[in-house]
Amino acid sequence: MVSPSTPPINFEVAIHKIIREDWGYLISSLIKSFNDFHLAEDALQDAVEAALINWREKGLPPSTRAWLLTAARRKLIDKIRRDKNFESKTQQIVPLLDNDELLESDYSVPDERLRLIFTCCHPALDHNISVALTLQLLGGLSTTEIARAFLIKPETMAQRLVRGKRKIKQAGIPYIIPDKEQFPARLDAVLSVLYLIFNEGYSASSGKKHIRAELCDEAIRLARILLHLCPDEPEAEALLALMLLHNSRKTARFGKNGVLVPLEEQDRSLWNKKDINEGTKLVEKSLARKQIGAYQIQAAISALHSEASRFKDTNWQEIVLLYDELFKLLPTPVIQLNRIVAFSYLMSPEESIKALEGLKQDIGHYQPYFAALADLYKRCNENKKAIKYYQKAISLSGNKAEQDFLKQRMSDLISLQKL
Amino acid sequence: MKYIALIYANEESSPKPGSEEFGRLIGEYEAATNQFIKDGVLVGSDPLQSVNTATTLRTRNGKLSTTDGPFAETKEQLGGYYIFECENLDDALKYAAMIPTVNYGSIEVRPIMTIER
Repeated sequence: MVSPSTPPINFEVAIHKIIREDWGYLISSLIKSFNDFHLAEDALQDAVEAALINWREKGLPPSTRAWLLTAARRKLIDKIRRDKNFESKTQQIVPLLDNDELLESDYSVPDERLRLIFTCCHPALDHNISVALTLQLLGGLSTTEIARAFLIKPETMAQRLVRGKRKIKQAGIPYIIPDKEQFPARLDAVLSVLYLIFNEGYSASSGKKHIRAELCDEAIRLARILLHLCPDEPEAEALLALMLLHNSRKTARFGKNGVLVPLEEQDRSLWNKKDINEGTKLVEKSLARKQIGAYQIQAAISALHSEASRFKDTNWQEIVLLYDELFKLLPTPVIQLNRIVAFSYLMSPEESIKALEGLKQDIGHYQPYFAALADLYKRCNENKKAIKYYQKAISLSGNKAEQDFLKQRMSDLISLQKL
Repeated sequence: MKYIALIYANEESSPKPGSEEFGRLIGEYEAATNQFIKDGVLVGSDPLQSVNTATTLRTRNGKLSTTDGPFAETKEQLGGYYIFECENLDDALKYAAMIPTVNYGSIEVRPIMTIER
């Protein structure tokens, strides 16, 4: 209900929001029909411009999705007709022309987004290209928006997108849902791209906090879409759960001056209970399918943290067991590090330090390794050694919020030394 | 679409002719090639002689230079190739992954350009 004192709704903003929501849906369908990313994008862009004029004059159509798809398809067919190589393309457009009558009626737009996301996340594409393509095509973000989120120049991002689409076309990456044999590995590739997007937003440096927060929200939205398209996949459920659980701590993660607040010091009353509930339910649902996977275990660990009302009530026993399982699937030094840190709450810090020393060779350039060592030495009251390792961690950190946090810890210890 | 699978391996550390390992490798190559023929994707293939037998030519400023050796010193060297005719990249990658050298070397898969004549 609009009262006289309500400010006028910005028409363009409202339309762009509708279009953004539907972009992935529409583009995936157009690419399926015309087998060309470029043509599909141009046509949809033209259709959007036409919509802005038409809808302003005539009001919103009953189905904005069908309207845009119809307009885009017409523009594409027109373009193909005018194309010099019309003769060779006749085969391509005849079936489409036959269906022209259907376009008038309000038919449901087939959801081809699963093809789109598997294509964007194909292993033959570099991860940073997959991230950009997914955000643009599935997320409907503009080149500028994506560039800003990743702190690179729009021209560079534009080139990256062009390169990706060129490779898809020239190398013959098929626009399909992978077959049964390929599906698990290919789904894993999609999950890792979505998780990359989330982590990019999650490891926010304080200055760009709101942009990065939008990236987390976008990753969650994309994970929801994926789950909708693959409703029985436990790893897809678990990835969404993992993102929700991480995101639930958003407000508690940063202190007054933008400094990172570690898990043990976070004000848990600031944790978002709705996200935690949804995340926990998803974890349980995924585990009940008895097809264990890495994201399920990571989500379960995160859920255990979320369950504890205070840090010291954390179920470390269960967490350590989960890390053991995770290590079986992903035998990496990083997982080992996390396991040792978790185990340090069950055994003495001294024993954990010994265990960490064993990892040094594999993990010598990884900041969290030194931060963990520093923290353990602090717990043993060996402040000098702790300070030394905080320094090393700071020198390896590429993230300002992280650095500020480590510097704070270090200076707290230095002050203690002086007392 | 035609794809070429370029087979790269470090000659120094690859199985040596005459060795038991080498014999096994040949058997694996035969099996793979037979599979490609059976599935109707094989267009052609050849092993190349050692990189030591290579000669590289360059003409610059009208002058032809002849160099003994490959075009560049690399950790892994080109040892052979397969050409496949496949629907799409996924199929080409599936077959390329069966090439035995994938286990210790690198297989580069590239589409062959179709030129309108």
